[in-house]
Amino acid sequence: MHMADPLLSPAVGCTMWAASAGTIAYCSAKVRREPDERKVPLMGVLGAFLFAAQMINFSIPATGSSGHLGGGLLLAVLLGPTAAYLTIASVLVVQALFFADGGLLALGCNMFNMGFIPAFIVYPLIYKKIAGNNPTRMRLTLAIMVSAIVGLQLGPFGVVLETLFSGISALPFSTFALLMQPIHLAIGVVEGLVTVAVVSFVQKARPEIIRDARPIGNRPVRSVVLAFLVVALFTGGFVSLFASKNPDGLEWAIAKATGKEELPAPADGIHTALAAVQEKLAFMPDYTFRKSADAEDVKKRPGGEKDAGLGTSVAGIIGGMMALAIAFLSGLILKKRPGRTG
Amino acid sequence: MGTIEGTFLDFKDLDRLATGDTAIHGLDPRAKVLVTVVFIVSVVSFGRYELTALLPFFIFPAVIMALGNLPVFYIVKKVAVVIPFALVVGMLNPIFDRQVYVHVGTLDIPGGWISFVSIVVKAVLTAGAALILVGVTGFPAICMALEKMGMPQAFAIQLLFLYRYIFVLTEEGSRVSRARELRSFGNRGKGMQSYGSLLGHLLLRTWQRAERIHMAMLARGFTGAFHARHLYRFGRREVVFLLGWSTLFIFMRLHNASQLLGSLATGILR
Repeated sequence: MHMADPLLSPAVGCTMWAASAGTIAYCSAKVRREPDERKVPLMGVLGAFLFAAQMINFSIPATGSSGHLGGGLLLAVLLGPTAAYLTIASVLVVQALFFADGGLLALGCNMFNMGFIPAFIVYPLIYKKIAGNNPTRMRLTLAIMVSAIVGLQLGPFGVVLETLFSGISALPFSTFALLMQPIHLAIGVVEGLVTVAVVSFVQKARPEIIRDARPIGNRPVRSVVLAFLVVALFTGGFVSLFASKNPDGLEWAIAKATGKEELPAPADGIHTALAAVQEKLAFMPDYTFRKSADAEDVKKRPGGEKDAGLGTSVAGIIGGMMALAIAFLSGLILKKRPGRTG
Repeated sequence: MGTIEGTFLDFKDLDRLATGDTAIHGLDPRAKVLVTVVFIVSVVSFGRYELTALLPFFIFPAVIMALGNLPVFYIVKKVAVVIPFALVVGMLNPIFDRQVYVHVGTLDIPGGWISFVSIVVKAVLTAGAALILVGVTGFPAICMALEKMGMPQAFAIQLLFLYRYIFVLTEEGSRVSRARELRSFGNRGKGMQSYGSLLGHLLLRTWQRAERIHMAMLARGFTGAFHARHLYRFGRREVVFLLGWSTLFIFMRLHNASQLLGSLATGILR
């Protein structure tokens, strides 16, 4: 499941972006130093393979629905964590740009949920531990099934946490988690079965592919996880510092965590200036601008409540409609001209 | 079956849009990438109850689509495909958040509805911005811009490789899918067993293709960089484009342009 831009606050988005970009830089450096040059085209083509594989569905018995391969775990098994992470990240970039799937700001989150988790958490801690170095068929199947299920529980949990910290959706944490986790348990089982089917086919046809799959470098995993944490903490700290200085600009998760619903407080500099101009012109001298749009504040003065709410919302709605009309008109007007020249 | 191929025809269409020759297409990709980033961050940074302030942001997609000569209906259709996720998550806002937030006349609008609509508007704006960026820039140019702005070269090469082979492999995938479709009746033959070996074969062919590509690369003296035809320059036009739009976005972020416009209008009308 792709995390989407509109559910994300800039603070969370930027933090995850920085951390994921740092991981890309680390993995790129590792891949560059890789002596086996064949990895370069292999990664590119296997990324494209995921797109092709997702076009082919299979029917899930007894449910009437169909499923397809996700592929994160398959790539980790075939390529090892560093190359798999880069490949998944590149697939996500293409999806974000061409299908607007996820979104550009959410890319960092998605790279973490669908790339970092399978490649750097599930692969070394679960898959490798169960499968060992020279896995038998049983061990391989077991390792893949468990890894797929765990990976598809952690990934969606990442989505839940990122949404929670962003505080854009009003969904309570437990409700969202209860919605996401059981669905992804089923998806995880399906993903595990598909990956097992493909890997065991490859193991039969060309066993050396599975046998030779090994991570690049000696112990990349621990240092990558550490680096990821450091970058995330650093940017998180930096961004929250910035956020606390500009509470109007960036809504930070604390507001949501304390249960207070942040209500917008429009910057009043230009509003008061405009109010002054209007008062001078006396178009509507008793027009009330919402200086601080606090719910309590409005409640305290029941007499003025309606006027205040009405005034601002009517102006806002009319203005919004006008802004939309201007946007589309300017589009129409500009459209005519280059149509002939271009 | 038609839909599978349809999806990727769509994909190619978006790619083809980037070959346009308008003033927007001619700009340095870096300027377009940066403006899109500023746009998305400003849109996303709005709080959950801010709706009217978001609407003026439609000026950017409208103007760029017009100047870049992008087919409006096509972009709208593509955006409509990705809205459901935001719709599903946002739909629950009106249920959980019933505190009345705005009164319009005698109508009380709960905060949940405002935040729901705000999420959908944000989804439209951000998805639209991403598609428009590809439509007026093209994927290879975006990769080049990102590389010049500090993206590691290995990742840039990975992206370009991926991009080149998506078209080849998706065609192969749709051929495989069609062949199986023709041989299976209803859902028979589409089960897990044939699926596993089908995909496995596709994977092995892909693997062999990678080996051939590697040999071809060696034969042509690949040194780890792709060379591009277009050489862009970050000139005065790019600076004006970047500063102009960024200033507008930041202004619209700090001040509710709808509110200003509306209060001016209502002021004049009364």
